[in-house]
Amino acid sequence: MSKKKVKKLINGKGIRYDGRKLNELRPIKLEVGVLDNADGSAYIEQGKNKILAAVYGPKEVHPKHLAMPDRSLLRCRYHMAPFSVEERKSPAPSRREKELSKVIREAFEPSVFTEYYPRTSIDIVIEVLQADGGTRCAGITAASLALADAGIPMRDLVSACAAGKVEGHLVLDVADLEDKQGEADVPVAYMPNLNAITLLQMDGMLTSEEFEQAINLAVEGCKQIYQLQKEALKAKYVEVKEAKKEDAEQ
Amino acid sequence: MNLKIVVMKKMPVLYERRQIVTPGDLLAENDYMAGENTFKENGKIYATRVGLVNYENRNIYVMALKSFYFPMVGDTVIGKVIDVSLIGWMIDVKAPYRALLRASDVLERSFRPQRDDLPSMFDVGDIIIANIVASDRTRGPLLTIREPGLGKITRGQITEITPTKIPRLIGKKGSMISIIKKETGCQVFVGQNGSIIVSGKSPEDERLAIMAIHKIEQEAHTSGLTDRVAEMIRKEKNEKKEVSGKHV
Repeated sequence: MSKKKVKKLINGKGIRYDGRKLNELRPIKLEVGVLDNADGSAYIEQGKNKILAAVYGPKEVHPKHLAMPDRSLLRCRYHMAPFSVEERKSPAPSRREKELSKVIREAFEPSVFTEYYPRTSIDIVIEVLQADGGTRCAGITAASLALADAGIPMRDLVSACAAGKVEGHLVLDVADLEDKQGEADVPVAYMPNLNAITLLQMDGMLTSEEFEQAINLAVEGCKQIYQLQKEALKAKYVEVKEAKKEDAEQ
Repeated sequence: MNLKIVVMKKMPVLYERRQIVTPGDLLAENDYMAGENTFKENGKIYATRVGLVNYENRNIYVMALKSFYFPMVGDTVIGKVIDVSLIGWMIDVKAPYRALLRASDVLERSFRPQRDDLPSMFDVGDIIIANIVASDRTRGPLLTIREPGLGKITRGQITEITPTKIPRLIGKKGSMISIIKKETGCQVFVGQNGSIIVSGKSPEDERLAIMAIHKIEQEAHTSGLTDRVAEMIRKEKNEKKEVSGKHV
């Protein structure tokens, strides 16, 4: 641990410890429809993060007293697998996981048309298989695809990305090490087409100018992720189409 | 900036017909009407589901590529009895709500709880075809079987596809479904909820029909599908014949 502390995270040329520029995202891989038993699902790899998201519903609410007569009940469970971090994590939901479940649910509430399906529930399950910082954002990015894959009507896809301050520099997409040693972390969830922020948190110290810059930086990151999300959703169907075209040509 | 506005006005529709869109994609501005799977906000129309965009006159809509069934009055659905209650049966129709089939509907007279034995008519696990007679935001769908062709199904195989692809399975004026029926010799009952019952002379025929149905589901958004399905069924049938011929 002390060895890691000594390590310099950003060199003189503005290159980060993992070779990224200050405003560069980690490599992202997205896949839609990976689970057969869920109504919708998605998988994301962002740097060393590996996260699965599944969506169930709309379906009847259990327990029944939670059902609402005018809209669907949106529920979310963010959970980290015991093997997702260096030291085994207890599988019981921690205070942090409960809080993240709540803020992630709130990040989706403005997007999902819950009023279309009264007396039902829509359940989002996010399982972190491997964590490397920014799991709430990557989880939102994946869950958004899982919702779209389940055929649940949405105003817009939600993309999420964090910005932060590390060794005096504002950086995009904060990794675990940068988050632990850095000065501040600002996770943002954003609906790009509607230009609306649905989640905004801050941990650490920033001046008000820096805070504004950090939000703008994170929003730019979200816009990049949004393009990847759209590609991933289309890829599932475009592949079939192209394969058939080739067949026809042969 | 000025230039951009001019371009927008000349091209009110931002996507070609049958192009894939994702939730949040801006489809059109102002003069259009928001159809299925779209919503309008501040004069702009956006998609709400992954699907193929289409427009007729001033109406713009998205044909979803994957969805769940939402009960509509008048639909014919295929469901499974999951519970026998005091007044009738609860039916799973693959929708967000459980449907109710009343005992009085089946008996065609008023229901007498002391004398009528509900499980002897339909029991848990039975498959039925029914029509939806009522469905609104406050109650689950209500079913009826008092029409010809409805009621309990006792033979065949059941399969499922995503409900938005039912129109593709049926085809223009039933062209697609009639090819499956003709080529495999199976009877095919299609529920609007995505459940399909295939019953033929042999399990082999049924298997072939189910294979064709799933091919249609997977390739619903491609063109020239009717011919490809017919070709596939014929090819499979010939292979069967050759194999069985060799054995004899």
